[in-house]
Amino acid sequence: MIRIPCPFCGPRNASEFAYKGESKSRPPVGSVTPEAWRSYLYDHDNPEGWVREGWYHRAGCRRYLRVERHTLTNEVRSVTPAARP
Amino acid sequence: MVRAKREPRSGGKLHGFAGGRSARYSAFELVRHGMRHGEWPRVWRECDLRSTYDVVVVGAGIHGLATAYYLATNHGMSRVAVLDRGYVGGGNSGRNTAIVRSNYLTPEGVRFYDRSVELYEHLSADLNFNIMFSQRGHLTLAHSDASLRTMAWRAEVNKLEGIDSSVIGPEEIKRLVPYLDVSDGTRYPVLGALYHPPGGTVRHDAVNWGYARGADARGVEIHQRTEVLGIDVEGGKVTGVRTDRGRISAPVVVNCTAGHATLVSDMVGVRMPVITHPLQAAVTEPVKVFLDAVVVSGTLHVYVSQTDRGELVFGASTDPFASYSMRGSLEFTEELAGHVLELMPALSRMRLLRQWAGLCDMTPDFSPIMGVTPVEGFLVDVGWGTYGYKAGPVAGETMAELIATGRTPELISPFGLDRFGEGRLVGEKGAASVGH
Repeated sequence: MIRIPCPFCGPRNASEFAYKGESKSRPPVGSVTPEAWRSYLYDHDNPEGWVREGWYHRAGCRRYLRVERHTLTNEVRSVTPAARP
Repeated sequence: MVRAKREPRSGGKLHGFAGGRSARYSAFELVRHGMRHGEWPRVWRECDLRSTYDVVVVGAGIHGLATAYYLATNHGMSRVAVLDRGYVGGGNSGRNTAIVRSNYLTPEGVRFYDRSVELYEHLSADLNFNIMFSQRGHLTLAHSDASLRTMAWRAEVNKLEGIDSSVIGPEEIKRLVPYLDVSDGTRYPVLGALYHPPGGTVRHDAVNWGYARGADARGVEIHQRTEVLGIDVEGGKVTGVRTDRGRISAPVVVNCTAGHATLVSDMVGVRMPVITHPLQAAVTEPVKVFLDAVVVSGTLHVYVSQTDRGELVFGASTDPFASYSMRGSLEFTEELAGHVLELMPALSRMRLLRQWAGLCDMTPDFSPIMGVTPVEGFLVDVGWGTYGYKAGPVAGETMAELIATGRTPELISPFGLDRFGEGRLVGEKGAASVGH
């Protein structure tokens, strides 16, 4: 599986974390059209390569993290604290 | 709008491969070859890549091959090329756990997958290739009141659609699967099961090879080790594909990949509501046959069946993160072994032979994405998640009909890409074998 170097706890197995997925910005709730909202909900980049994504250290420090990971090799390049997923 | 010239196959168009056509298989042929100790002829040709086809299918797995096969058999279209960057059945068509069933949750899903079971039932005869379809019965165990209610719901939907499917209690489960622990001393006692007698297993390689052989015999060209690098679009219409063996012009390109739905659709700029997750499976050493039915436990995230060779095949839930990596993990093996032993403690001395992973293109509603896209001539048959193999024959049949007639068959009209923008999801998660 994947080992994620948590900035607070050190290198830990990915099974300690909850995967939050692709980081994308939410459209303004007040003015968004139903189609745009559904595209935000359902469509994904799903690339083969480097991605920036959220992970939550559920069984550790319980902090949200921003992880840079390669989706073909699962190599983790950087892990930084994040405010929210 | 999706139209291609019909052209009946002419026999003299073979090129590239000099060997003889494969004979019709029969007991007589088997004896004759056995006596002569001769080699069997190659089953499909290797052809030079032509510069133009009526239809290019991307992906030589069961979906791509079945689409090509039904284009040629049902619609007389044989100027079809099936391209794969690997080899026939080398992707998820050779990595699944080969379970076939139709006890789904939505009426749309039940009707669709039941047509597939129907096609599987006479596929060996149709293809003249033994696909070893064994309708041994399929049990989905319920370990909680909530899952028992879902089973009852599914059973009723199934019965309305004419599917043999019912909820049974622990005594009957024990009778069908004597090695299963149905006592109430376990962490998750077995309360009941959804029993689906027509469900079972196939030999997935045989299905792949059978479709490849049948399609080839009708003039379809299968090009292995041919990677699609790009798809050309002019004025909103597909004009052809670029491969590592040269360019092909074609008015219709079908994305029949699994695990790469997004990457191929990205080539024409069609966004996909798909996240790709690995799913791991494992197989044990072969033992004497003791397990008849296919046993599934959603709560324990495991499904078990025994092959004709005697190996136990285990599948599980998808890995909990998006990835294109097909590496196995120790966590999976440990968790799987623990869960299998909760179901069947007698297996504690069994040894795992190997484990592997496939890629599942998961959609938000666990239903596939089939049909036309905003790019004219670019069709998709993707997003199968964990349901792809059992749907292979019906997906091929309906996609072929769509390509040949230009009309979306009723059976797949609920599964269009436009349903996501319109908010018409077909929620099929409740029919997933295990939680994902």
